[in-house]
Amino acid sequence: MVAGLARRFNDLDIAEDAAGEAFALAVERWPRDGIPHNPGGWLTTTATRKAIDRIRRESRRSAKHQEATMLHDDTSPEPTGPVEDDRLRLIFTCCHPALAPESRVALTLRLLGGLTVAEIAHAFLVQETTMAQRITRAKAKIKAAHIPYRVPLAADIRERLAAVLAVVYLVFNEGYLASAGDDAVRVDLTDEAIRLGRLLRALLPGDAEVSGLLALMLLTDARRRARVSRAGELVTLDEQDRGAWDRELIAEGSALIHDRLGAVAGDHEQAGRYQLLAAINAVHTSAPSARDTDWSQIVALYDRLAVLDPSPIVRLNRAVALAEIDGPGVGLAEIDRLTPPLDGYHAFHAVRADLLRRLGRSGDSAAAYDRAIDLAGNPAERAYLTRRRDQLSG
Amino acid sequence: MPRYMMSVFGPAERNEFSGYSSREEMLQSFADTGEFNERLEKNGHLVFADGLAEATTATTVDGQGDRPVFTDGPYLEAKEHFGGFWVIEAADLDEALSLAAAASKACRGKVEVRPFHTSDSIKALLEP
Repeated sequence: MVAGLARRFNDLDIAEDAAGEAFALAVERWPRDGIPHNPGGWLTTTATRKAIDRIRRESRRSAKHQEATMLHDDTSPEPTGPVEDDRLRLIFTCCHPALAPESRVALTLRLLGGLTVAEIAHAFLVQETTMAQRITRAKAKIKAAHIPYRVPLAADIRERLAAVLAVVYLVFNEGYLASAGDDAVRVDLTDEAIRLGRLLRALLPGDAEVSGLLALMLLTDARRRARVSRAGELVTLDEQDRGAWDRELIAEGSALIHDRLGAVAGDHEQAGRYQLLAAINAVHTSAPSARDTDWSQIVALYDRLAVLDPSPIVRLNRAVALAEIDGPGVGLAEIDRLTPPLDGYHAFHAVRADLLRRLGRSGDSAAAYDRAIDLAGNPAERAYLTRRRDQLSG
Repeated sequence: MPRYMMSVFGPAERNEFSGYSSREEMLQSFADTGEFNERLEKNGHLVFADGLAEATTATTVDGQGDRPVFTDGPYLEAKEHFGGFWVIEAADLDEALSLAAAASKACRGKVEVRPFHTSDSIKALLEP
């Protein structure tokens, strides 16, 4: 709804505020008057009226003609170019090259993902005030510099794609392991990310990274049902009931990555980040049991990923796979080198705690679990970590 | 239509070729920039454009006190200074950025694109 209002009124603040006011009014009226026949339509109409009211208040004298265009919604038949969907249009605007990369992602999560500033700050490992300032500044620049709410031209789409894919993947990740709130998995966000992924693929069917990202999300989402226990506890990959995995999603994801797997396995063709991550997930989903996992292939894929993206998170994941081949001691030695950049990241401490446990260092393991529990924002993850800590023989 | 300033920066002290590496390059850049300016004007984007004399010729004036104070040199101390600019009108930032890319190529320098205030943004400032 925000995306549609933003397109129509060409102003993010007005769109966000109007949507907020409409929801507030619904909360007040619907319990009293009953829910309208078409709740979505009611909200959109109400928000549109609120936005027009605000514009009228703000420019009572100057812009009669502007008001006139607001009253007639002639936005839908406008020639739109390759991207028909409002949300996708808004994503491309939020990912405009004139905005700093970190602002693009933050803005998209705020406006399209509907995440709170706190959630976005957590996802980026930065202070909430820093994030709030980043978003405010980006919105102010869009307005002051007249960054258009327009479908990018065909020539621009490819250039802007890398930032868009990063954003979609982040939205997916935030949904798959929510950083705050009571829900372990926020299906609204994972579904939204997959929807955007499908739209991008419909738009650019020949792009290997677009297919790679969609495959990655499908192969990950396929395991969703097995990922949280009935008691609301996170279940790690090795303990998951593989029978509960969604075979249809796995088949769809595997088919998407299948054409690329040959290229990924060969050294000649440069496979992108999402294709490599999808290939790693395909190794997991094709293993009948955790014990059958081809860890050496996973390590090899992470090695190639590290060439593209030498980030500490990639090295952390590689170390996890390495521990399965060479033992927890080797994994731990790798991981301990990542302490300075990852000390504030809960998964780093969770991985450390597990390796320490397997090495029989219960005291150190408990301390690492404590740190992980402290930093984890997700309740299912906290429950899992707490149980593992309490199971340590002291 | 939104207005933008496209600014070019150059060394504080210029060589004999006005900051370019050779006389040929200087002449070629002048020719390219002249052509670019003609196109800007023809397409209705040009408001004003000009190049500045070198920064060492600037005088900074502080008139806030009882008597104005004059200081030799530019306001900011830097290795590079504002050297020339265009004021253009463009439909939106996308159009301004593509004009700036052509400007940068013609004048052989990086170009900073910055929007001017609009009547709406001034109005927003004046709101209580």
